[in-house]
Amino acid sequence: MTGPALLAVEQLSVDLPTPRGRLRAVDEVDLELAAGHTLGIVGESGCGKTMLSRAILQLAPRRARLSGRVLFDGRDLTRLDAEALRRLRGRSIAVVFQDPMTSLNPVLTIGRQISETMREHLAIDGSAAARRAVELLAEAGIPAPEQRLRQYPHQLSGGMRQRVAIAIALSCEPRLLIADEPTTALDVTIQAQILDLLARERQRRDMAMILITHDLGIVAGRTDEVAVMYAGRIVERAPTARLFKAMRMPYTEALLAAIPKLDAPPHTPLPAISGRPPDPTRPFPGCAFALRCRCCAERCAEQKPALTPADAYRHQYACWHPINPIGA
Amino acid sequence: MDGPLLKVRNLIVEYAVGGRTVHAVSNVSFEIARGETLGLVGESGCGKSSLGRAILQMTTLKAGFVEFDNVELTRLGSHPLRLMRRRMQLIFQDPIASLNPRRRIGDIVAEPLRIAGIAGRGARERRVRDALRAVGLEPDQVIGRLPHEFSGGQCQRICIARALVVEPELLVCDEAVSALDVSIRAQILNLLEEMKARYRLTLLFIAHDLAVVKAVSDRVAVMYLGRLCEVGPTEALYRAPAHPYTALLLEAIPVPDPEVRPAPSVPVGEPPSPLAPPTGCRFRTRCARADRSCAEVTPELSQIAPGRQVACHHPLIAVH
Repeated sequence: MTGPALLAVEQLSVDLPTPRGRLRAVDEVDLELAAGHTLGIVGESGCGKTMLSRAILQLAPRRARLSGRVLFDGRDLTRLDAEALRRLRGRSIAVVFQDPMTSLNPVLTIGRQISETMREHLAIDGSAAARRAVELLAEAGIPAPEQRLRQYPHQLSGGMRQRVAIAIALSCEPRLLIADEPTTALDVTIQAQILDLLARERQRRDMAMILITHDLGIVAGRTDEVAVMYAGRIVERAPTARLFKAMRMPYTEALLAAIPKLDAPPHTPLPAISGRPPDPTRPFPGCAFALRCRCCAERCAEQKPALTPADAYRHQYACWHPINPIGA
Repeated sequence: MDGPLLKVRNLIVEYAVGGRTVHAVSNVSFEIARGETLGLVGESGCGKSSLGRAILQMTTLKAGFVEFDNVELTRLGSHPLRLMRRRMQLIFQDPIASLNPRRRIGDIVAEPLRIAGIAGRGARERRVRDALRAVGLEPDQVIGRLPHEFSGGQCQRICIARALVVEPELLVCDEAVSALDVSIRAQILNLLEEMKARYRLTLLFIAHDLAVVKAVSDRVAVMYLGRLCEVGPTEALYRAPAHPYTALLLEAIPVPDPEVRPAPSVPVGEPPSPLAPPTGCRFRTRCARADRSCAEVTPELSQIAPGRQVACHHPLIAVH
């Protein structure tokens, strides 16, 4: 990492009480993100990627227990009071969720919802906010923005709602945007447009972005660095090109192999990963992937591998028997 | 044995919504040969699920006919239709929602046998066990349990066992793997391929994901706003799409390889509403090649190469 990180997550854990016992959703995660960079967090459902993003924002469920630190611009968010967090969220850190209807208010007009965010955080009056709202909607690729201001979310398609949610997220010029599966609910042709919109605005504003997705295809083309999560932990982390060129963690390799490839002939059997992730309420002493892993040895089931220190390629992995040895 | 197992001709499905008409399926024709997998791809709202349901006579057709093994289904009474349905089964997207939460797995999987009036209790149980074993579940460990005790992937296995227990000839999979995680999805896709060989199935595989469709299909049909744009053998269609919509779909897929820079998305906007589809070619409002003829004359699906059909006035590959 060059220069001080905009965001540094240190030993962050999230525990949730459940009827079946304590569930460790996020397990001792360390992350840094430099200003203007894009970090992809990839993993399957239940791996803790969404809970991690919520914990960064201090938006984890009230009953959750957090430990560790979240440093944003040098300030520890875990120590801020509610008022300081309110000033920060939406202003310096903004979020786009998978389902835009969870962030849009169904009974308020689009115009009201954009203006509200700006009037809350920026010292501008109503007419200036309305003018800026039109610009933001136009930048987000929404046709006839003046008319949209008077419309309600239900009058827009899913893709248009996501554009509105992005316009709102960008309205206060945040320094970090967290996009949590921003295109998962959208059709593939719309997905490409939304990902391009996010990439263009990120670059134009020199904003940092965390792109959370289950799709390795999305992180491949659109991030500087990737962190792979499994069972609450980061199991591999590297600059994107490096990761795809020489993945060290067998889970990452297996996840990539399990995706049907467009250039494979029909009826090619897929190298599936057998079994499924472990029950997060039953802590497992070894590597959580051990029982599904082709490289599993005795030690894997007994001792949890820690994330290695970054090597010369800034590559880290949590594995006792990494694949693709350096130099091969 | 000869001739297609399924023939669909000029099928039209429309729904009335608040005094207006949703044109869900508009004049669709295709065939599926015995033992073949036809992939049906399209984005949400294109009518692909309506088409699947119309084939199984689960929704009212406005016009057209569906022939299964040379029997015209649209004219059958309810009793003969029920007998035919045993030969056609359906798997849905949400495996958990498709299982009755209050019934045990053994009863759920036996249900199609009971409805079809097949065999006595003993024979039924034997077939349930065979079907569960075929999909990779241990009968003794699952028969007495309830759906909520299983993960999404396991529930989809149970749904597949339930569909296969009556030994159908046609299996319609409607987004059957879309709700599953990547690692589980690969397991279920492999399972469907195994089951296809083992039960000599013919498959209609409906999905929005082109890579997933390619993995299992012999031929692919691309649907847009209620109409088929293109039908052809899988490899040829993916290598050289003939319809501009197929090309757009293929370009939009994110490739898991950082060396492949994503092509800038084409600002083609969003699909129009099926309440008011455009005149002529329905894709023309998002198509770079559209001209006046596209608005005036509806392009019909016609042959451009052996086995390849396209409905476009300006196809991307030369007409033979």
